Amino acid sequence: MPDATGLELIAQELRDAHGEGVVTDTLFFRNQATLSVAPDSIRAVLAHLRGKGYGFLASVHGVDYYPQEPRLGVVYELLDMSRVDRVAVKLRVASDAPDVESVTEDWPTANHQEREVYDMFGVVFHGHPDLRRILMPEDYEGHPQRRDFPIGGEPVIFTYNEAESYPSGHPPGRAGRVESPE
Amino acid sequence: MAIERQPLGALGAKAGGGGPADLRVRSLNARQLLRGGDLQGPNPSAHLEGADFERYVEESVMTTTLDKAVAWARSNSFFPATFGLACCAIEMMSIVAARVDVARFGFEAFRASPRQADLLILSGRVSIKMAPIVRRIYDQMLEPKWAISMGACCSSMGVFNNYALVPADKFMPVDVHVPGCPPRPEALMHGVLKLRKMVQDDPDMGWRERYDARGTEEVLPGA
Repeated sequence: MPDATGLELIAQELRDAHGEGVVTDTLFFRNQATLSVAPDSIRAVLAHLRGKGYGFLASVHGVDYYPQEPRLGVVYELLDMSRVDRVAVKLRVASDAPDVESVTEDWPTANHQEREVYDMFGVVFHGHPDLRRILMPEDYEGHPQRRDFPIGGEPVIFTYNEAESYPSGHPPGRAGRVESPE
Repeated sequence: MAIERQPLGALGAKAGGGGPADLRVRSLNARQLLRGGDLQGPNPSAHLEGADFERYVEESVMTTTLDKAVAWARSNSFFPATFGLACCAIEMMSIVAARVDVARFGFEAFRASPRQADLLILSGRVSIKMAPIVRRIYDQMLEPKWAISMGACCSSMGVFNNYALVPADKFMPVDVHVPGCPPRPEALMHGVLKLRKMVQDDPDMGWRERYDARGTEEVLPGA
């Protein structure tokens, strides 16, 4: 783990290399180092960190910060496997323009994970070779992991509410059934 | 009661000839043999006459209908499809293992193709993306066919009652629901035995009428 000082050193190195606005914030919390970066610089930041030894993109996942704005977040978890050293890179995009540059070209493992973030949160990854839904059906509408998406589901039909579950008041075909005389 | 071993030739030599009458005599002889009687001695059926003889035959012969015989055969030899959906599938697999050996009742032959199967065990949650596939497998199975909805998820969606799942009753007819999360193997076996009872009592049970399931038979292209 980079400690808090090491994290600041990485942040300053990124600012020197790619401009002052690249790193918007740093957070060192419970031994977890996190860099917040500008969305349009994500490829440059990840490439720079790869050069420092963080060669494994362990995870790409989305976050919905509803009702804050910019609302959607994407988190990239990087791992240096020789030093067993991790750093997380965060970015935030607004829900009306959720545009992020894809890192699939540099990190092929991001292909399916970016598709999942697109499927669940609606973040659009520009430059992705095949940005389709990956978990939900292809004709599904909406992005179900957004916090304002209805949970869905439907009432379970038990015996006590069976009648009101059917428009006719009884299951189809059950009408003609004769109760046994005893 | 001691049963003496008889040479095979003894029966044939006693009955002799051929034809239905001899067959009946051989049957009665065999019964006598099982009772421990002596074939060489007096044959009880030989001197039974009239009402006594009719009663003797009634005790020896069982009659049934073809439907019942077929249902009996079917119900004791289900061929489930090898099809697992989620964690319930682990429990489903264990019913054919040694502890609850469902082979005792004739359900152990899981077929790898729906064309050879007549029982679909929905072992797990069915997502709305999976539902058309499950439905297709069900349609590919040969009539007569049955389905067991195993576990809370595919009966009532259980803890996953959300945007992703659909209950099995919405897209296919289900004969038996087995509750549990997941059900114990014994529970699934109980469900299978309930299904066996259903099949023995009424093979059809009118499920197409009950579920309004007309037109669900598989339609082959060009047929």
